[in-house]
Amino acid sequence: MNVILILVAFSLIVAIVGLGAFFWSVRSGQYDDPYGSSVRILFEDEKPRSAEASPPVQGITENPSNQK
Amino acid sequence: MVYEILSGSNSSEYYKLSDHPGMKTASQELGKRYDFLDNEEIKQEILDFSDNGVSRVKFFIPAIHCSSCIWLLENLHRLNEGIMHSTVHFTKKEAVFTFRDSRISLRGLVELLASVNYAPYISLESVDKSSKKKTNRDVYYRLGVAGFCFGNIMLFSFPSYLAIDDTVEQFIRQNFGILNILLGIPVAFYSGSGFFISAYKGLKKRFISIDLPIAIGILALFFRSVYEILSGTGPGFMDSLAGLLFFLLIGKWYQGLTYQALSFERDYRSYFPVAVTLISEKGEESILPLKHLKTGMRILVRNNELIPADAILVKGEGSIDYSFVSGESDPVKKTEGQRIFAGGKQSGPAIELIIEKEVTQSKLTELWNQKPGHEERQNNWESLMDVISRYFTAVVLILALATGVTWWFIDPSRAALVVTAILIVACPCALAMTLPFSFGGAMRVFGRNGFYVKRSSVIEALSRVNTIVLDKTGTLTKSNDFDANLDHLLLPEASFNLLRSLVRHSTHPMSVAVYQALPNAPALPVKGFIEHISKGVEGTVGTHHVKLGSGEFVLGRLPEGTPSGCLFVSIDGSSSGYIILKHKYRDGMRDVLLSMGKKYELHLLSGDNDAELSALLEFFPTAGHMNFNQTPVDKLNYIRKLRSEGRKVMMIGDGLNDAGALYESDCGISIADDVYHFSPSCDAILEARQFWKLSTFLKFSKISRRIVIMSMLFSFFYNIIGLSFAMSGNLTPIVSAILMPLSSVSVITLITVATYLASARTKLNKIYPV
Repeated sequence: MNVILILVAFSLIVAIVGLGAFFWSVRSGQYDDPYGSSVRILFEDEKPRSAEASPPVQGITENPSNQK
Repeated sequence: MVYEILSGSNSSEYYKLSDHPGMKTASQELGKRYDFLDNEEIKQEILDFSDNGVSRVKFFIPAIHCSSCIWLLENLHRLNEGIMHSTVHFTKKEAVFTFRDSRISLRGLVELLASVNYAPYISLESVDKSSKKKTNRDVYYRLGVAGFCFGNIMLFSFPSYLAIDDTVEQFIRQNFGILNILLGIPVAFYSGSGFFISAYKGLKKRFISIDLPIAIGILALFFRSVYEILSGTGPGFMDSLAGLLFFLLIGKWYQGLTYQALSFERDYRSYFPVAVTLISEKGEESILPLKHLKTGMRILVRNNELIPADAILVKGEGSIDYSFVSGESDPVKKTEGQRIFAGGKQSGPAIELIIEKEVTQSKLTELWNQKPGHEERQNNWESLMDVISRYFTAVVLILALATGVTWWFIDPSRAALVVTAILIVACPCALAMTLPFSFGGAMRVFGRNGFYVKRSSVIEALSRVNTIVLDKTGTLTKSNDFDANLDHLLLPEASFNLLRSLVRHSTHPMSVAVYQALPNAPALPVKGFIEHISKGVEGTVGTHHVKLGSGEFVLGRLPEGTPSGCLFVSIDGSSSGYIILKHKYRDGMRDVLLSMGKKYELHLLSGDNDAELSALLEFFPTAGHMNFNQTPVDKLNYIRKLRSEGRKVMMIGDGLNDAGALYESDCGISIADDVYHFSPSCDAILEARQFWKLSTFLKFSKISRRIVIMSMLFSFFYNIIGLSFAMSGNLTPIVSAILMPLSSVSVITLITVATYLASARTKLNKIYPV
């Protein structure tokens, strides 16, 4: 019967990890603008770009030169 | 593919502009318009962050409306190397830009945005950082915790519902019980803390809110369960508790979904520019932040710029458009030496002003300051939920007490258990969800139809209205659409076509009205067509020189005895009479007013003269209900008087002159051509082209209220079933665990279906083509 207690402890830990993931996703602003995210995923990026508020510094290098 | 074309066209447009600066008048105007962004002080206030040559700024961009907007704005770095990163927040219509100061200035960024038609909206209010709100993610965390615990507690409660009696099982049951208590603590005291706080706040103000019985129910559930588990007398109600809070928080979350991009709390600061152009004694121009503007200063106001303070015109010819203030878009002529009030917009060449009063003391801002503080605003009616929850709480407490006393005599050991059972089962979970879901549903139905309410309680206010007060100019009439009257045109019919061919080249609404009024004929060629801003048009049609416009423009003077709002005509320099222009009434106004007139008492408050009295008389009960020549203060007092007579007043207006009246009414609706731009503070914003649906909206709000009452009765029914279990001492955890979610889910289903049927019946479920 003790095996049940171990399993329960394990399942709780997994569930808590899930809850933590949910907290992280809320904190990183993923629930702030559902429409924007739903559209953004369909854009074709030549290079993957992080959509987070903290700016990546390689902004200039990823600028394609075919515009000029 | 589409995006490539889009970016191609937009970037080529951009490079065209930057290669030939000043070639287009638009870019020339732009060059002056954003001058103030080079001012260091203003820059620091607008920028969120600036360090080490990298700056970040957040703008409100009303033009964001589709997925292509997001793509374009987030790929702005392709247009300018200085922009490192941009992120769009679609629901708020905001965009955050990170850029290198060495490559692009703040002004350059704004001009770039303006050149691709995403001009940010920069006002005095956006500079004021203190007024910015932070996104509230609290409800998500609470909901997450409640959902997590709900799932796990259900799992751990399951064995106790199986009727196994075994010593080993007993051991598991005990351990699972302890786990349930551990999981129940965050649910009750983190997820549920909002209900305790609001119940406590209500009690402090001697007011019983719906949250009080909920808070009592949560406490009863929690402590009863802890007692049962620790004493080993039963499995406890933790699953019911977690489920209850999970559902309640879903209701709270749904209620909190509002229109983030719309601003309902505007004051004059959101209308005013951030800076003005100061003219020094030597005649040099410089940029001055508005807050440093003092009386006696000399400023320059260009075409389409707002006059920030009461001032005297000292140079140039004023043609002031007071449409923000009064809703009246016909420009008012001002000559040198005359006083100009704040809030007007110059349309025409630049003028110079000397400031007479400081910004906060001008006539316009005084109007704002007359309003009572926001907290003082009181409705003269109690909301349905307040009344219900007061009686509900009283009934539950009395029942619990009476049953407790009765059981004391029958079996004292069970009295406490029965009392807690009553408090548990009476917890008005389903009742608390009726309001957010039914009014919240109605709010979304309205939103799809161009009617944006501030929060769901406005729907209830709407359903109780019995008196409707309307503004005329800009509300009943369109601000930019005219009817032309040719009675005073002294032209032979043969010459009509000269005029018609001339105005054909102008897109000004007045020209369009004249064009439509004149009889159809093949257009003649026009040479040397010139459109003078806010003056008129001229050109040579065939062999004749034709002029159409204001008295000063056409005749060099304003002839006496002619009504305001007319256009004068001259052909080859000889006067040929005038055309009277009247604002057109909104589409469907007749039907809306007639149908509203049957159920509501209609009043009219107009700042204009009574020229339209006879035309509007059929819609209003008596001429006494129509009031003309009203000042903003008159309007405010009129509403106040109606309310003191016990009426529930809805006010519909548009300009700042209605702001006080909108605020004073039970339900203030502001009507706007562009809902994201200028609208005075109000409870709801109505898109101007949806005006004809107004009576349907009112009808729907009444239906919505009936849905609320119906679902309340439905949830009472569940409460009665639950109470009968509780009072007889038979409330077992399994009954509670079934009854509680069942009532919530069935009430929500009932409301959703009823709201959908109602929207289908009133034809609000279809989105009409524009």
